[in-house]
Amino acid sequence: MIKQKQFDKTLIRERIAKRAEQEIVSGSYVNLGIGMPTMVANYIQTGKEVVLQSENGLLGIGRFPYEQEVDPDLINAGKETVTAITGASYFSSAESFAMIRGGHIDLAILGGMEVSEKGDLANWMIPGKMIKGMGGAMDLVHGAKKIVVIMDHVNKQGEAKILKSCTLPLTGKNVVNRIITDRAVIDVEDKGLVLVEVAEGFSIEEIMESTEAALHVSESIQIGTY
Amino acid sequence: MKQIYTSFHEVVKDVTDGSTLMVGGFGLVGIPENLILALRDSGVKHLTVISNNCGVDDWGLGLLLQNKQIDKMIGSYVGENKEFEHQVLSGELEVELVPQGTLAERIRAGGAGIPAFYTPAGVGTPIAEGIEVRTFNNKEYLLQTALKADYSLVRAAVGDTQGNLIYNKTAQNFNPIIAAAGNVTIAEVERLVEPGDLHPAQIHTPGIYVQRLIDGKQEKRIEKLTLTQLA
Repeated sequence: MIKQKQFDKTLIRERIAKRAEQEIVSGSYVNLGIGMPTMVANYIQTGKEVVLQSENGLLGIGRFPYEQEVDPDLINAGKETVTAITGASYFSSAESFAMIRGGHIDLAILGGMEVSEKGDLANWMIPGKMIKGMGGAMDLVHGAKKIVVIMDHVNKQGEAKILKSCTLPLTGKNVVNRIITDRAVIDVEDKGLVLVEVAEGFSIEEIMESTEAALHVSESIQIGTY
Repeated sequence: MKQIYTSFHEVVKDVTDGSTLMVGGFGLVGIPENLILALRDSGVKHLTVISNNCGVDDWGLGLLLQNKQIDKMIGSYVGENKEFEHQVLSGELEVELVPQGTLAERIRAGGAGIPAFYTPAGVGTPIAEGIEVRTFNNKEYLLQTALKADYSLVRAAVGDTQGNLIYNKTAQNFNPIIAAAGNVTIAEVERLVEPGDLHPAQIHTPGIYVQRLIDGKQEKRIEKLTLTQLA
């Protein structure tokens, strides 16, 4: 039973990561957050030219190293050993966040705990639990040209994570452009949230029911796209 | 011109109780391993430590935590360390969490003579409480102040006896900005060379920021070994 559940979880993460990959435009500079967002790199289609930024000071993250290639001085922001692509550059943390804050990163894909209908994001702290820190998330949400949040559509208790307003402490206010979940793709627009895609196995009604915030249904909505 | 040391105990001997330290590194990468070990052995207490992370339980700054030498920690992510959690919950350790880019810029500003600056990171979040908000071009920003340290501890791959430093790959991280923000900056280098051995155009930290140098062998522990498996 537990094994079955884990298998499903892996498939769900894969589904979200693969859909998120479609957000990456060839020729762009992208920052992938720690955890599920990092998995998106595994699905980048051949032929797409993408430079991945790591906020610890690397532009041009490569694949994980073979055993004989491991360099303890070369890690990503998740502290995992990585390689650098040909044409990569290394720099200081101040330079790294200057390029983030200065609007030079085209896209950031981040994880989320809650997103509000105004595009507020909460993803760093649960009151009462140990506070680990926000790392670079608060800077990234204001710096990258486009912010895509990827997460499960509902929490472990089956409750909505896309809310009228966030209950958890915010990472950033009015910062999210698009939400991609295992069930739907939702855009944050001035008029509110717009449902633009529904994943295989779900109906528009089911998405509405599992979303607390009000959803406008896009005129060009696509069903079963992923 | 620079003080070249051969003993790690000697090079940190004048760090007194209550000092504010900045320590380079991201995770365990680029940390001044031997300087931290020497501080642990010196027993100096009531330290305020400014560093992105706080090591792991048994390595890096975690060693100073274990020894209860740190009173206050300023960093951006401290989740790799159980002892940290224990000391925060028991009230022994004060923590100030700062967005990573804000932390980097506060340190950079400290070394560059800029007392404060505005940044959008943290607007509308718990960290904005009590902080001045100002609007520029219809966007809100938070006022953040510079950070300085009594002692800055950094690690470089190579340094020359003039204090010029070069870092390896992502071991650069916070090190160059921390080097510039310390009243006394101590550089632990993997290799100490003579002036002229480094190409002047490739120096990351110009020697003016460094007061003391010492070379030391690095263990370079890996926090998360992730590999591509050979097919």
